[in-house]
Amino acid sequence: MGVKLLLEKANVPGIRTYDVYRREGGYATAEKALKEMSIEAIVEEVKKSGLRGRGGAGFPAGMKWSFIAKPEGVPRHLVCNADESEPGTFKDRYLMEFLPHLLIEGLLISSYALGSNDTYIYIRGEYAWVAQILEDAIVEATKNGWLGKNILGTGFDCRIHVHRGAGAYICGEETALIESLEGKRGNPRIKPPFPAIQGLWMRPTVVNNVETLAAIVPIIKLGGEEYAKIGVGRSTGTKLISACGNINKPGVYEIDMTISVEDFIYSDEYCGGIAGGKKLKACIPGGSSVPILPANLLLKTAKGETRYMNYESLSDGGFASGSMMGSGGFIILDEDQCIVKNTLTLARFYRHESCGQCSPCREGTGWMEKILQKIELGKGEMSDIDLLWDIQRKIEGNTICPLGDAAAWPVAAAIRHFRDEFEWHINNRELSQTSNFGLQHYADPIHVPA
Amino acid sequence: MSLQFNNEQMTEFNRLVARYPEGKQKSALLPVLHLAQDSFGGWLPTEAMDYVAGLLKIEPIEVYEVATFYSMYNLKPVGKFVFEVCQTGPCMVSGSDNIIAYIQKQLAIQPGETTKDGMFTLKLVECLGACGYAPMMQVGKIYREHLTKEKVDAIIAEYRMQVVAQN
Repeated sequence: MGVKLLLEKANVPGIRTYDVYRREGGYATAEKALKEMSIEAIVEEVKKSGLRGRGGAGFPAGMKWSFIAKPEGVPRHLVCNADESEPGTFKDRYLMEFLPHLLIEGLLISSYALGSNDTYIYIRGEYAWVAQILEDAIVEATKNGWLGKNILGTGFDCRIHVHRGAGAYICGEETALIESLEGKRGNPRIKPPFPAIQGLWMRPTVVNNVETLAAIVPIIKLGGEEYAKIGVGRSTGTKLISACGNINKPGVYEIDMTISVEDFIYSDEYCGGIAGGKKLKACIPGGSSVPILPANLLLKTAKGETRYMNYESLSDGGFASGSMMGSGGFIILDEDQCIVKNTLTLARFYRHESCGQCSPCREGTGWMEKILQKIELGKGEMSDIDLLWDIQRKIEGNTICPLGDAAAWPVAAAIRHFRDEFEWHINNRELSQTSNFGLQHYADPIHVPA
Repeated sequence: MSLQFNNEQMTEFNRLVARYPEGKQKSALLPVLHLAQDSFGGWLPTEAMDYVAGLLKIEPIEVYEVATFYSMYNLKPVGKFVFEVCQTGPCMVSGSDNIIAYIQKQLAIQPGETTKDGMFTLKLVECLGACGYAPMMQVGKIYREHLTKEKVDAIIAEYRMQVVAQN
């Protein structure tokens, strides 16, 4: 069993309620932080922990906190990004659903460190019942003196508000989230100014992911240095992985980032192997926007070394032969899955979710979907593959926010690693409707895992 | 104006607005539109959007542009139960195509349509964050997960029973 810092108590009966959470040692860390630690000391511990943002970008959380402007007389805000919408990702939902008080404790410590008296949880609208769980937990925490005015006699006031979105992937991007929280369309803002200077209502704002904010509790409890000893290199602490697709045991797992990808997929403690005894074909290891990897490059790097479940190892080889940790949405495809069709569903997703602000993304995502649809329906031509490549290249890097890149990468990686499957669809128009390319990529000499 | 929040809904409206600073009441727009949709039959006619604009003291266009941007707001009438079935990658590799086809057959409607008796609407949606419990759909405020044909039949029967029991 690996180290568990976040989900350690997830299976304790009744842990969702305040009484049980408190009995299990909950809020003791918040008490220590508010009563015994200075704001600077808390920020310092978070910096020392090496915690990287768990939403997908992996930006060091302590550094993000240190950017917040503190102009005299202007309120500051902490916003918790619970707009979890990246296909393959459902870890924040799990955390909020089963351990709402852990998030609230993390929010309380973080709000204190950042000087946020009104903190918002922006939760995706579809998680309506999770929003209710959080609201109930906030009522309990307030009743017990952990939220409200003059918390623990420190003079610090903090209210936490749950704000439901209404169905828009783009609102997971922090400036779009802020626009949405202001009651507008989720159109990302041009940066700079960064939210740390001018964010919500043009006030200094920090936006952090749910898992990042929950991790503040073990960091303050253990101390930043101790936390940083868990994991490896710049992948410190633990990471939640939401595993899905064609595996025996889909679910949310906490790993300490020293486990190999192969062990994660095949061990009974985690994914439990490929469902139905089938063979592994490909994997999208960090949420739908990160590059898909064929089985051979997933388990071993291009240099032939074992690949591990951490930030550095998953991105080893760059986009040529590697991928990314991203949000931790781990999607497994078995031998019966069609790469063209999978890529089509992702292209459709990004077309649907593009806010429409930037032409390369608004137009490009639609074109990519149409071309992929054409190939999938057996009407593709060989030139379509190059056309797709050309379109994705013209989207990447040419938009205000990273949605453009997120839409381009899956298409690029699918062509990069599975061009033969696209060609097969075009050369076998009839056949491609009824059968499937399967594992033909793995003709000798490439090793196909059992 | 015929559409109006009742007392209980108005209390909820005031609670939502109170979360934001003085003068920033527009921030309550998304939550208030959810309340309006729930209160006015599951969708947002122009009249409802104009009413919300008046309550929040903003221009109607500010409400329209938001209501048309977010996928959870229905701008047309929907059935009593809306089946929002996920079709994105992880659900697709877990067999959502078969589930979608089965629901279409059982309800005899296409995606985007409502059954003649006004009971069910079928909508195809993008990732709802339940990839580990695929295939799945959202019905109202809850998720129905690990769908199979048998489960779909049971769910349809369950909602039909609910309506019979209410009448």
